[in-house]
Amino acid sequence: MIDLAIIWAFIIAFAVFVYVVMDGFDLGLGILFPLFPQKTDRDVIMNTVAPVWDGNETWLVLGGGGMMAAFPLAYAVLMPALYTPMIAMLLGLVFRGVAFEFRWRTQKARNKWDLAFAGGSLVATLAQGIALGAILQGIHVDGRHYAGGWWDWLTPFSVLTGIALVIGYALLGATWLVMKTEGELRDRAYHLCWILLIAMLCAIGAVSIATPFLAVQYTQRWFAWPNIILTAPVPIAVAAVTALLLRALGNKNDHQPFFLTLALFALSYAGLGISVYPYIVPQSITIWQAAAPANSQIFMLVGVSILVPLILGYTAWAYWVFRGKVRPGHGYH
Amino acid sequence: MFEGWDAVVLARAQFAFTMSFHIVFPAFSIGLASYLAVLEALWLITKREVFINLFNYWLKIFAVAFGMGVVSGIVMSYQFGTNWSSFADKTGPVIGPLMAYEVLTAFFLEAGFLGVMLFGLERVGPRLHFVATLMVAIGTLISAFWILSANSWMQTPTGHAVNADGQFVAADWFKLIFNPSFPYRLVHMVLAAYLTTSLVVGAVGAWHLLRDQHLAGPRVMFSMAMWMATLVAPIQILAGDQHGLNTLEHQPAKVMAMEGHFQSHKDGAPLILFGWPDMRDAKVKYAIEVPKLSSLILKHSLDAPLAGLDTVPRENWPPVPITFWSFRIMVGLGFLILGLGLFSLVMRWRGMLYQTPLLHRFAVLMGPAGFIAVLAGWITTETGRQPFTVYGLLRTVDSASPLAAPAVGSSLIAFIIVYFAVFTAGVIYILRLMAQPPHPGEQGPTKDLPARAAGITPAAGAAAVEAAR
Repeated sequence: MIDLAIIWAFIIAFAVFVYVVMDGFDLGLGILFPLFPQKTDRDVIMNTVAPVWDGNETWLVLGGGGMMAAFPLAYAVLMPALYTPMIAMLLGLVFRGVAFEFRWRTQKARNKWDLAFAGGSLVATLAQGIALGAILQGIHVDGRHYAGGWWDWLTPFSVLTGIALVIGYALLGATWLVMKTEGELRDRAYHLCWILLIAMLCAIGAVSIATPFLAVQYTQRWFAWPNIILTAPVPIAVAAVTALLLRALGNKNDHQPFFLTLALFALSYAGLGISVYPYIVPQSITIWQAAAPANSQIFMLVGVSILVPLILGYTAWAYWVFRGKVRPGHGYH
Repeated sequence: MFEGWDAVVLARAQFAFTMSFHIVFPAFSIGLASYLAVLEALWLITKREVFINLFNYWLKIFAVAFGMGVVSGIVMSYQFGTNWSSFADKTGPVIGPLMAYEVLTAFFLEAGFLGVMLFGLERVGPRLHFVATLMVAIGTLISAFWILSANSWMQTPTGHAVNADGQFVAADWFKLIFNPSFPYRLVHMVLAAYLTTSLVVGAVGAWHLLRDQHLAGPRVMFSMAMWMATLVAPIQILAGDQHGLNTLEHQPAKVMAMEGHFQSHKDGAPLILFGWPDMRDAKVKYAIEVPKLSSLILKHSLDAPLAGLDTVPRENWPPVPITFWSFRIMVGLGFLILGLGLFSLVMRWRGMLYQTPLLHRFAVLMGPAGFIAVLAGWITTETGRQPFTVYGLLRTVDSASPLAAPAVGSSLIAFIIVYFAVFTAGVIYILRLMAQPPHPGEQGPTKDLPARAAGITPAAGAAAVEAAR
């Protein structure tokens, strides 16, 4: 018997991960924006993502919409629990999303929209990281409703995960710039990569150390025998990818750092999955308890299995069309 | 702040506010995407420069409007969870898949090809670029299909069952998707989007014709827009009438509120043209009415009996004044649009389409009419189905999140401040783009071609407008 809940848990996890991968670097560019005060640099940075940002954000809608469809109970519990970070994220996304077009339509107010792009990106990322921490630390549920207060999400741990995600997205953004730009702009991006990579490793370490203290489940999952045979490769792989990343930065290989950073994200994400599974609302609701009826999940599964490969195909094509380095004053090459 | 307030009322205000802002952009971009596809097709077929100029001109405007539609739309997709979590839990198994299909079949298609449409003409060549434009246009229509199906199911639910957890679940997906009001709502809304866009395009064309009757671009866009208004307005009125009859069959209380019929009429109900519906006294004050006309419209017979709200339990009444008045605003604008179309037809017949300032002024004035009519129409249908979110089955008060009023109130204020700041700026930028006539060699939104520095770019143009003030 095929377990639809598990399949859907992987689909939602996949959509969220693709979102993190794709919108991660373009939110990261926003976070790094204040460090590049020159107009020509900013124009180039914007142009590296202008053709693809909308597609990147669509994965967030799939993650949210898909969750409502496949795990309506989890969606109904998590959204009110994360009310403030969610609203902050949405408003942040409004500011940064419109800035892509607005900053070209005015000269007087361009700096304002640049600020909106940077501020919106920072707020949205911080909110996503805080939401992640708030989910990990557990959510108070009563029956089919969220039963906590509306400040429950704010704890030292959630602030830590918020900051960690800001660092992570900034690193993705910096490695993206290394890949997509050249000359002095790329050199400065390289410099940022070093600093951000060290910060990111500290952040991964801090979150990894703090997580087992949140709940017994996490400790057992990671350190109890025989689980440790399965979990130990994760930190080992993190160390290996880090070594490769350091070498790529040292050799000034323009393409590798971005993809190796994505690998770091994938490993951290897998670590989260290991901690949380099989809960979708940690310690309260499992994927089976939250699952929509089978006929809803099957109905969507048909669409997902046909359409997602198609979407990945034409998205890849769009990236291919706009491949290569972006130079000031010349658009794409 | 908000201590004594009702959280559900605040959540409703928030949904109404964010939704009203959002719907304006899709209503425009559904029509504009199709118009852009037509312009590009005409350019590919005829190779006339005026079409590619118009294409690039409207593409820049499309880029700004589409961006605003995207960001305000993401808010909507999360609002079900944040403010209406009980609704999300109970209807997720039926509404969720429809929205998931909207994302998979429409949003990705639009987003995936938008970049190529906006910036890729030189990279992929005209033919492949046209395919991208077409995909974006088709994407907007597919999006309308799914979201209107979801909305229509909430209005006229069919094809579902209820499980042990109190959730709606699908019994028959086909019946659920193609529920009774869906075909009518889909046609009515897509036509509304086309009309809205044609009125905007027509107004921009007319604005420039008022200054110079010989400009090629404004002439072509004005003519195309007036054909659209002339042909679609009557069809839309017919579609609206059919939609109304469908509503009478499935949501009679909504029609009673639209008509202001508090009392039942045994032999022919009057059509109340204007008046003030008073819910407490259950009558329309200061009513101006035409005897028996409502029965003629709704039942196609002068003496047909028509039930009133007195047959509906009071706790199931929708707010009558809002429903009553928003309906009149929509219908009134519909007939004005028809009038504009007929006026343009007469002037076209006489060969005076480009030489009649009165027509052009009327068209400029009617520029925003489509948006107002769309908003009024949605207010009618959404207010008229109250007090339910799933008609007759799930009450609005039982749909909200377990949130305290201060949380909902604060986020409402945040949305109001941010939306007014951001979208006002966006509308100003769009109006600035529209204030320039399309000119030969019009550039698309390609960001940083050398042409941008040469002074004919939108940013430089906008700066010139700023400097001129």
